[in-house]
This record gives sequence, C-alpha cells and structure tokens, in this order.
Amino acid sequence: MKEREFITIDGNEAAAYVMYRVNEVCAIYPITPSSNMGEWADEWASKGYKNIWGNIPEVCEMQSEGGAAGAVHGSLQAGALTTTFTASQGLLLKIPNMYKIAGELTSTVFNITARSLATHALSIFGDHSDIMAARGTGFAFLGANSVQEVMDFALISQASTLRSRIPFLHFFDGFRTSHEVSKIEVIPDEVMKKLITDDLVQAHRNRCLTPDKPVLRGTAQNPDVFFQNRETINKFYQACPDIVQDVMNEFGDLTGRYYKLFEYVGAPDAEEVVILMASGCETVQSTVETLNKQGRKVGMLKIRLFRPFDFKRMLEALPATVKKIAVLDRTKEPGAPAEPLYLDVVFGLNQGLELGYGNIKEMPKVIGGRYGLSSKEFTPAMVKGVYDNLAADKPKNNFTVGINDDVTFTSIDYDPNFDIEADNVVRAMFYGLGSDGTVGANKNSIKIIGENTDNYAQGYFVYDSKKAGAVTVSHLRFGPDVIRAPYLISTANFIGCHQTVFLEKFDMIKNLRPGGVFLVNTPVPMNEVWDSLPKSQQKQIIEKKIKLYAIDAQTVAEQSGMGRRINTVMQVCFFAISGVLPREEAISAIKDSIRKTYGRKGEAIVAMNIQAVDNTLENLHEIQVPNDATSNFDIHAPVSAKSPAFVHDVLGQIIAGNGDFLPVSAFPQDGTFPTDTAKWEKRNIALEIPVWDMDTCTQCGKCAFVCPHATIRIKVYDPKYLENAPETFKYTDAKDKNWKANGWKYSIQVAPEDCTGCGVCVEVCPAKNKSNVSLKALNMEHQIPLRQPESENWDFFLQIPDLDRTQVNINNIRSQQVLLPLFEFSGACAGCGETPYIKLMSQLFGDRAIVANATGCSSIYGGNLPTTPWAKNLDGRGPAWSNSLFEDNAEFGLGYRLAIDKQKDVAVFLLEKLTDELGADFVHELINASQKNEQEIADQRAKVELLKEKLSKIDDPLAKRLVTVSDYLVKKSVWIVGGDGWAYDIGYGGLDHVLASGKNVNILVLDTEVYSNTGGQTSKSTPLSAVAKFSAGGKATQKKDLGSMAMAYGNVYVASVAFGAKDEHTLKAFLEAEAHDGPSIIIAYSHCIAHGIDMSRPLAQHKLAVDSGQWLLYRYNPNLVDEGKNPLILDSKQPKIGVREFMQSEGRFQMLMKSNPKVAEVLFKTAQEQVNERFAKYKFMAERTNAPVEEQK
Amino acid sequence: MDLKTKYMGMTLKSPLVVSASPLSRTLDGIKKIEDAGASALVMYSIFEEQIKFDQKELYYHTTQGTEAFAESLSYFPDQSDYNLGPDEYLELIRKAKESVKIPVIASINGTTVGGWTDFAKQMQGAGADAIELNIYNIPTDLDKTGAEIENDYVEILRSVKAAVSVPVALKLSPFFSNMANMAKRFDTAGADALVLFNRFYQPDINLEELEVEPHIILSNPTDLRLPMRWIAILKGRIFSDLAATSGIHYGEDVIKMMLVGANVTMLCSTLLRYGVDYIKDIEEEMVEWMTEHEYESIMQMQGSMSQLNIPDPSSYERAQYMKALNNYVLNY
Repeated sequence: MKEREFITIDGNEAAAYVMYRVNEVCAIYPITPSSNMGEWADEWASKGYKNIWGNIPEVCEMQSEGGAAGAVHGSLQAGALTTTFTASQGLLLKIPNMYKIAGELTSTVFNITARSLATHALSIFGDHSDIMAARGTGFAFLGANSVQEVMDFALISQASTLRSRIPFLHFFDGFRTSHEVSKIEVIPDEVMKKLITDDLVQAHRNRCLTPDKPVLRGTAQNPDVFFQNRETINKFYQACPDIVQDVMNEFGDLTGRYYKLFEYVGAPDAEEVVILMASGCETVQSTVETLNKQGRKVGMLKIRLFRPFDFKRMLEALPATVKKIAVLDRTKEPGAPAEPLYLDVVFGLNQGLELGYGNIKEMPKVIGGRYGLSSKEFTPAMVKGVYDNLAADKPKNNFTVGINDDVTFTSIDYDPNFDIEADNVVRAMFYGLGSDGTVGANKNSIKIIGENTDNYAQGYFVYDSKKAGAVTVSHLRFGPDVIRAPYLISTANFIGCHQTVFLEKFDMIKNLRPGGVFLVNTPVPMNEVWDSLPKSQQKQIIEKKIKLYAIDAQTVAEQSGMGRRINTVMQVCFFAISGVLPREEAISAIKDSIRKTYGRKGEAIVAMNIQAVDNTLENLHEIQVPNDATSNFDIHAPVSAKSPAFVHDVLGQIIAGNGDFLPVSAFPQDGTFPTDTAKWEKRNIALEIPVWDMDTCTQCGKCAFVCPHATIRIKVYDPKYLENAPETFKYTDAKDKNWKANGWKYSIQVAPEDCTGCGVCVEVCPAKNKSNVSLKALNMEHQIPLRQPESENWDFFLQIPDLDRTQVNINNIRSQQVLLPLFEFSGACAGCGETPYIKLMSQLFGDRAIVANATGCSSIYGGNLPTTPWAKNLDGRGPAWSNSLFEDNAEFGLGYRLAIDKQKDVAVFLLEKLTDELGADFVHELINASQKNEQEIADQRAKVELLKEKLSKIDDPLAKRLVTVSDYLVKKSVWIVGGDGWAYDIGYGGLDHVLASGKNVNILVLDTEVYSNTGGQTSKSTPLSAVAKFSAGGKATQKKDLGSMAMAYGNVYVASVAFGAKDEHTLKAFLEAEAHDGPSIIIAYSHCIAHGIDMSRPLAQHKLAVDSGQWLLYRYNPNLVDEGKNPLILDSKQPKIGVREFMQSEGRFQMLMKSNPKVAEVLFKTAQEQVNERFAKYKFMAERTNAPVEEQK
Repeated sequence: MDLKTKYMGMTLKSPLVVSASPLSRTLDGIKKIEDAGASALVMYSIFEEQIKFDQKELYYHTTQGTEAFAESLSYFPDQSDYNLGPDEYLELIRKAKESVKIPVIASINGTTVGGWTDFAKQMQGAGADAIELNIYNIPTDLDKTGAEIENDYVEILRSVKAAVSVPVALKLSPFFSNMANMAKRFDTAGADALVLFNRFYQPDINLEELEVEPHIILSNPTDLRLPMRWIAILKGRIFSDLAATSGIHYGEDVIKMMLVGANVTMLCSTLLRYGVDYIKDIEEEMVEWMTEHEYESIMQMQGSMSQLNIPDPSSYERAQYMKALNNYVLNY
C-alpha cells in the first residue's frame, strides 16, 4: 500500500479536489460560501490539470445558478459526467432542474455548502435551510461532518450516483466545514479509479441523447399516466441506501476509513441519544466521549444519508437501551409541526418499530430542537445542555439551544463554562487586520505544523462585517489526535494581538486560560508596554498569571521591506514563544514555506520575507508583569452613551462582539431596522486622515464629491454660527460669488473617527501649496493626535445648519457638494469606487428616494449589521432601503414604482372626490404641481401638510383614507441599485423587462466589471483580456455593451459615467436620469480592489480608462428627440492614449502579461481594435442628424 | 573599404553598434537592427530595481484586500507561473541568438552586488556574447563620499568579472573627480571595455500641473565632444577597449571617434529619430569620407588623433579650455 499522504486544506478544496478528478464538465456560478469550489476547478483547468481519465474538465461559468443547473442538466443528457457547486439562494434556483434531473434518474453530484436562506435578513453563514428546501427534489442527500469526510463523501457520492442512478446532493456546513482548514488524508487517484469504473461511466454515456440512437425525453403527460409513470422510480430509491453502504465499505477497504449511513457513537447501553447531521456531529461526538468518561451513559447517532431515508438502518444502529432521543435540526420551518429531521426520525422510529427493525422494543420519547442557525456557535456546553434537557423528567420539546428566547421561551439552559478541550491540544487565537496578512500567516502555520509534524491541525477564521479596516480572528488548534472541534476557541493557550488599536476595542484576555501567553504588536517602547494596556486587561493578566510578550512588528516589517504586512513577523513570534515546534526547526520550516509560497512571485518577495524572519527574534521581548494594574484607561464603549436606546442596547452590543448574548426580545420581528446608525459606530480605523489647508483651498468641492465614506464635508454658513466654535475649528470666507455676497463662511471638516484614511480626497485635490508643491489643500496626517480636537470640531460642524436645499445650485460640484449626504460612513473598502455614486444620489434625491438594492457589495456595506450608512436629514427624511434578492432587483424596484404610482392615483382619486370640501383650486394645484426642482418639491410638501391639516377637520372616511396616501402626492424617486453581476448577468432578464416597461425608475449600475463581493469572478461586464476568477487565462470575449442595448429601446435615458474622469458629467447624468419621466439607467465606472490598482489613487484609473476610450462617457437622452436633436451626446473625446497604456496600469491586465505574454499580446491588440470600432460607432451615432431620412438626402 | 574593428575580443564588421535602447525590446526589432547593418547590438537595459518593483507590485495587487472579508478572501485566481524578473529578457536573448548572427551584448543595471552578478550569470547562460554593466546611479546621499562611490563601481565590476567568462564592458558616467584614474582602476579590475559616456536624463517641470516629469531629450551632435575628449585621453594608456556613445549621429561623427581611438561607436538617438535603417546612411557617409581621404581601413585610423598621437597633447586638457573660452569672448 502506498504511504498515506496528508494535506492541509479546507472543505471547499477537498470537495473540488475529488469532483474535478471524477468529472468532465463543471457548470458554475459564484455564491458564498461555495464559490471557491468553482474557482478551484477553473484554476486547475486553466493550469491544465487533468481528471482521472487524463483530460481537462470543461469549466463553464453561467449567468446564474439557474443557468448552471440548466447547463448541468443538458450536459448530463448529452452524456458527460457533470457537476456543480452552490449554496443557499443558488440551490433554490437550481431546484426546478433538480426535479427534472432526478425524475430522469440522471447521475450527478451537486456539492452544497449548506447556508441560510434569506428570510428576515440575508446571511452568508451556515445552516440547513437551503438543503431542506431541496429535500423534495428526489436527490439523495449525503452529509459530510468534517473536511476529511468532505473529500471522502465527494467520491462516495460520485460512485453512488453512478451505481444508483439517483443524483446526489453532497452537503457540508457552510463556512464551518467549507472554510475550516484541516489536515486530512488525500484520496489517491487509484482509489478513485477503482470506485468509478469504466463500466459505470459507459452506462452513464449509454443513457445519453444522441442522434445516433435517438430517443425522446422530457415529454408532457396527462392525468391518465403521469402518476403511474412517477412510481416507476421507487425501486431505485429502495436500492440506493444499500448501494451507498456498499460503496462506503469498498471505500473503507481501499482507504482504511469506514463509514456507515447511520453511525452510532457512545455508550452501548445509553438511554439518551442525540441525532443530527453534519458538522455538529463532531461536537456532539467529542462531548459524548467526555460525558461518558465523566460517568454519563449517553450516545449519539450521525445521520449521513438523509435521503433516501433508511429508517431500518437507523433502528439497527440505535442501542436497545435507548429511552429518550433528541433530534437536532439546523433549520427552521415556521408553521410546520416540527423541523424536518425530527419528523423523519419520529416517523422512522414508528415505522421501524412496527416492522420490528432494530433492537428497541418500545418507542422512545423523542424531542426536537433547533441549533446553530446561520453558523450560530454550537459548543460542547450547548450539547451538554441538550443531554441535560433530555435527562429531565419533562424534557422541553421543540426547543432551541444556543440563544436566549425570552419571548416564546423555546431555549434551554446550558452552562457556558462547560469545557472539554483536551490539555494536549494547543489552542491559539490571533486578532489581526485583513490588510496585515494575519489570516494568511495562520493558514501557513497550520500547513507547517500539519506537514512537518504528526500533529493534526485545524484553523478557522472569523471575519468582519465591514470591508474597510476589517478585523479577523483566527482560531488554531494543534494536537496529536484527530480534532473534532467545529466551534470557536473559548480558552486559548496563546493569544496574539496583531494591531495595537484592538487593545482599546476588544477584551482579548477573557479567552486566555490561566498561565497562557499574550503577545502584542505595539509601537510603544518596551518599558511602556504595560502602561499601554487597558486596566481590565492588566487585571486579568495579573490574575491569570499570563506571560506577556511584545514586539514592534510594524517597524520590523517596514525595515524588512514588508510595509504594513506583519504576517511573517508575528508568525515567527508565535513559533518562537509557543514551542509547537523546536525553535530552529520552526524557523527553518517557515523559511522553506516562504520559498515555496512566494518563489513563483519573485525573489524580491522571498527575500523580504526571509529578511523579516531574520529580523524578528531580536525584537521580541518578554514583558515583566507588575503586581498592580496601573493603567488609567480602559476598553472604549462601543457606541456613545448619547446614542438612541436601540443603537446603544442592541447595535452597540453587536459592535462590541456581544451579539451572541442578545435575547430574542431585542430584535425586530420583521427584519426592519432603523437607518442613520453608522454615525454611532466610531471605528477609528484610519492611521492618517486629511487635514484641510484653507489658504490653499480653491473650494472646488471635489474632495467631498469623491470621498467614498462621506467623511469629508463642506458647509457654507452665516458667520453668526461661529460663536462658540472650538479653538481649532477652521473656516474661511466663501469664494463662490453668491455666497461671498452674503458674507458667508466656508468650512471643510473631516469626521476623524469615521474616515478610513483612503486618501482619495488628497488625490483629487487640484490645489497645490504655492510654497511647497508636495502639499495640497488636503494633506494626510496621523489620526491619533488629531482624534480628540477634530472630533470636537466635527461635532461643532454638524450643528451648523445646512444651507436650505432650495437655495443650492445643484448644477455644479462646487455648490452642489454642500448638500447633506444621506449615505455616510459605510463599511465599504477604503477608497471604494461605488459609494461616491450612491452618496451623490443620496445628496440629490435622498429625502424622497426609495432604494431597491441587489445583493452584492452595495447590499453588504449598505445593510450588513450592525449599522447602516443610509441616513436621515434633520426632518427625519431619507432613503428607504431594502434588498430583496440578487436576481430580482430590477423587478423589485419596479414593484416600488407600481405601488407608489398606485397610491398616488388613489390620492388623486380621493382629492377629486373631496374637491368640494378642499376647494377646486387647491385640489388642482396639488394634482398638477410641477415638482421639477427643489423649490417646487418643497412647495408641494408644504401643500401636502396643509392638506393634512384640512383633512383633519373633515369628518369623512374618504378624508381619513386620503391622509394615509397624501404623502405620495410628493414626487418619489425610485432607485434600483446593483453591480454588474446583477445587471449584466443574473438580473439582466428582469432589468431588460423593467427598461422596456416605460416606468419611471432610475437604475444605477455600479460597474466594477467583476463580481466584487464574492471575490472578483468574471461577469459579462469584464473587459477582454482582464484576468479574473473564472477567467484565469484572461477573458477571451469582449465586454457586453449594456448601454447600447438599453438605448435600443429609444425611450430609456442611458448614461455612461466615470466620476474620476469627469465629475461634472456624472452630476449632470444623475440629474438628467432622475428628471427623465421614464426608465433611466446610469452605468457607472466603479474602480475596485479587484482591479489590482492602488486604492489611494484610483481616479487616475478613471482618467486612463476614459482617455484610452476603454470606457466611454455619453448620455442618451430621449427627451432631446422632442427638441429635434440627436438624443446621443458622446461626451468622450477622441482617445488620446492607447488601450495598452491603461491596461499596463492595472493588475488585472498586468497579470496576463506576466503569466501569458503571448496571449496578452493578441488580446491587447484585439482590445484596441474593439475600442476603435466602438468609439467610431458611438461617434457615428452621436453625429447623425436627427432629421428624417428624406431631409438628410 | 575595410570597416572591421575589434571590440572586447570580437571582430566586428564595422564600428556601428546599436546601443541599449527600446529598439531591441522585441525580436522583430533585433532582426531589423541586424538587417540595417549594425555590427553588434547592446540589448535594452534590464533594471534590477524595476524587476523588484514589478514583483512587489504584483504581490501587492494579488494580496491587497485578501483574507479580510468572508465572501471575498481573494480577488484574483492564482497563476502557477509568472514571467517575473529577467525571464522575459533571457528569453529574448535566447531567441536573438537563434535569429541573428551579430554579437548580442546584454545590458544590466543592478542595485545590489548580488543582483549584478546573478543577472550577469543568467545573461551569459542565455547566450549573451558579452555583458555591459550600465551603472546608472545618481548618488544623493549627503554622507557618502566620492571614494566610497568609486569603490562601489570597482567592486561591482570585480564581482561580475569573477562570475562570468564572457567579456564585460562598463558604461560610465563622466562625473568622477578624476576620470583618468577611474579608468585605470577599472582597467586594472578587468574591464574589457569602457563605454563613454552614459547620458543621465534630466527631469523637467510641467508648469500647468506643477509636477516634475521625466523628459527625455535625444542627444545632439555636440554631445559627442565629451566622450571624444576622454577617449582621446585614454587611448593607449589603458588596456580596456573604448566605446563611444552620446551624440554620434553622422558618418563623420563615427570617423572622429575612430580617430581619437574608439573601438566602436554606439548609436541610439539618431536611430530613434530617423529609423534603424539610418545605419546604412552613416556607413555610406563613412565610406565616402574614407574614400575621399584615402583611408583603407578603420583600424588604420583608430587612435591616430589620440592625445598620445597629436602634436599638442594639451589640446585635450585644461589649457585648451581656457583658449576656447577666450575665443568665445573675443568672438562676441
């Protein structure tokens, strides 16, 4: 037998590893947390990796999961071994095809990272609500509990589907298993070949559609035969469990790893048994083992094959002694008598007992409970709680565990301090920033330990809900035995604090066990480290006798050429202190790993990392812990005490990391949350913030316009408001002639605690200091010394009244930018290219806007708890926002319009009915108000208020009805917002329909040219030759011209804008789009981190894109036709640089030049030709006269 | 007419060599250089600093924003192989050697001693006939002495000479306190040739944007005076061969350089201005002059007007400067 080979990978890679080898076609579409499986497949195909039959699988990205399912179905029908990967909403979209595939007894495996379905909220995390929604499809369901099982069950599923003809849904828990990094044993290709024999493949092919042996499949049937025909499949389902068990047995013989469909673990004479599926089984198993060692007699049953449900085997697996069973479901079906697994078990027990299966003589008491929705922690303490409940005289049924349900009292109690972690397992936690490389280093450490020792290793990573300044917490375990602990570490031996700023935010020491190690990266001198710790942390360090270490990793990293990436430095510290490996051996292994990891990326990268390793140890110091806690500060409150109660009591707790402890009663029941909350979350993530030099400033307004986070603001005001201004508050005379005439003052103020420090405002600032051109009117300076005075200035600035909207000239950036943004402090990436557009929309129309937001980056930074950037003005007005789905956003927004129009119609109808009471003139004015500008809208609002007053005095039911709809007499602005993944791909059908509807909606496409939120996958917007996921070899086809397609309707306003190239053009387009009484679409060039650019200088990319003709600026305004003009205005000038110059400036194109220069050369040439052609086409269209054909002649 | 010359042990059909320039960036360009009649070519310079920058830039792009947000743990597919570092350059040398018969001289610019020697070895391995060290360095460190800088130059040369067996030329700036002494030191350290002189491009100011911008000005014929003087001075006093570069635009310029003692002339600006085929015109001009003046070969004239071989050696020295200046004043 070959030597056993171990690798350290995560669940997604484990599934893809097998699926890629045993399939010929993969139809894919990105969705978290399954995207990585498709990415692996695509990457391997582009690298020419082969399957077990020696050929490269065909990997095809589709426009949606529904599309992927259709392609899978077709590929299967045409005879190829075909697979797909998905989760959650993606699985829902595949369901129609799954019924078909199963109905036709077609062999395939769908790999599912089980994830919550969006209900009251979206969640990317794991539970079984998606797979349970698909349980009626006729697919077999095989659930893997660990990363090892994912690899094993992927193969077992494939072998079983080919033998049974029943398609398989192979599932494992999203994130918990899909993203857990674990040391596992690899399945050799020979094993795969033995289980997937040529006979099976041939049989699959023989069933395919081919004109050489034509058959008909997919008929329509009538009441006379459909039913009988449907029953023909029964014998396949009856045979399936035996087939799967046979495969498992053969697999065991080949690998030594034996599995059962129903696997019992625990005391042979247990009376209390817990039944469940997937990763939770690991926790229950390790808890059972501990409890039994402590004298309990408990057991657990792992259900691996959920469909077809083989209750005979279930009965046979249970010990005869069982008296009580708790079935745990990781899903919720509101309104059902109980959760699905519970019902299945109860039914199975009843039937099984009746048929005399197994050893149980009497029906046990069976209860059911829910756990772990949306990756809610499921710990040994909770498992013990379940067993304790089961042991009670009257166990609670239909319970929940892991939460505090103080409303309907479903939750059971448990002792959170119950801990089963073995002493021989090293447990380490690391708090890092996304940008510092902590997670990458930890993944690397796991590999080093996994591959250099006999230890098993596990890593799991908790990420932030914000993208800018994202905090990561890594949980690593190492030990001599297989690690069955799919839950976060609560008592660590080692905690690393990789950023000083965390000290004032998180209570890290609470998770450190007595005698453990705390390592802090800090810039303060070593003799001041102790005093830099918050008092509560000092106290715990003393009480728990913690060993304290410190290093100035930032300086070491910088001196080694690593910039802000302290990953290697901190990794060396961990190995040096923890002693997981002998120090010299560890250093050598780290260096080997650096050469292996970075060798392909260049010797310079290897050299700087090696340098960092060599520079670390001499800078690592143990800090002597004094006897007293002497610090004069403590961890900051998550939100201000002045915040509203809900923000303080609920959102603040989530910010503080205490969301798990909030009870059910804390939450709204229907998913409705207040807006205007981001302002309470002072994140303090900027190292540097812009400082205004009012003497250099030209007051152009561009800084506020481009600020992605609305943290740089402008106000113009009467000098009287300066009374009581803080000493350092800056102001100067307003330069605009209208403002100057009033003697008004002008201030630019930065929100120091909300700024991300992206630097885009500095990039755009055109004003240079006359005496030192390295200075502009905005210059970055360290945040910490400025934090306190500028916070006071910010507070003062906020209380200066905004200019009356009706008095603001909104037609140029200089003055328009004084409008209050109603989208502020989002958690988007620092320097985000989307948010300036959204913010502009909020400034111009936010007080009457209603937003439909497609799932994606904008729905995440717009609506991910704890807080939202959508804000309100002083009148309490602001954008109302919702996210329906990814695929339906245009339709969802159209629905807004239909409802608004209808309610306005009702209001008009009622006004007309009440004409006598209200007065004909008043009614006429209300109905026919123009509302084309801010003044007219303000006038209409005033009239509606007057109307309400009048109505309150009219005793008529119609008057009361009119009050409820009277606000719809004021113009509402419907905005349909989303990215290119939505607009070009998954939502295009709906978008097209909405454009064709003629309805007055405004569509804003934030075009990043990839699926940004899921990590940069190719969309139909991705330009030719760009490297993106699913286009690893450079995109071979050109970008879809969405604007041209929209223009084809003739009555749609279409604009293509790039704010960094021409900001005034963007402003004009927004104003025109909103003014157009019909559908409008703005396609907005949005630079993105996925472009591989310097995010502190992104505007240069807009300019290059436009100057090269790669991105066109234009407006197509159907209203111009009425004026006898050509509706298309091409605002781009003749390209003045080549496309290559633009492409050479971005990583997405550079990658192709570096990886495949020949292909790059060809594609760049084609790209230039396409740009030339497109420009010529638009120029031709824009220069056509609008005269009739005869006249032109 | 015998235009043959010798340069670093190689016999060249003429002294017309194409210097490091964008003309040799592609195989196609290299073939055109040969077709135009150049006797050898120096490849465009590969900069260690640029290679490191490219590697770091790519690393930055592929790691920026990664491992930070659960849904987007990376933004790019992993590529198994990148053409980083000198790979592309080495490949071009290999292809050039397969495609052209004229000698191919690799040109490198390092920032570390290790970088210089590693590159030099790789170039030799790829088939380069010789190496030209293009020391393009503007010392700005207020604490670094001239002597230290001079020692650095010698150290780089020694290291490279120890690392490769092909000839090594050194392309120099004229800004040494004593050029003659440095030339001697380089000669002693084993330089097979000195290329005189590198032109340092001086940046300019964009008055609209108030930005300093690179501003490349092609050489003009008067630029040849400086290398001409130094070649004249050095010819016959050191063993290293001498290559003239800067301001060589016409056949007569080449002749002048041959007279003072250059082994070859390096052409760049004039070819960028008039196209690579202009080499033919230069050659014709040379032949015409030589015919008219009854010269039989290049070797015959090489060094005939070096400082050692002219009646008034001070013509190339300071006294001549005084004279020149006086004449200038008198004329105006």
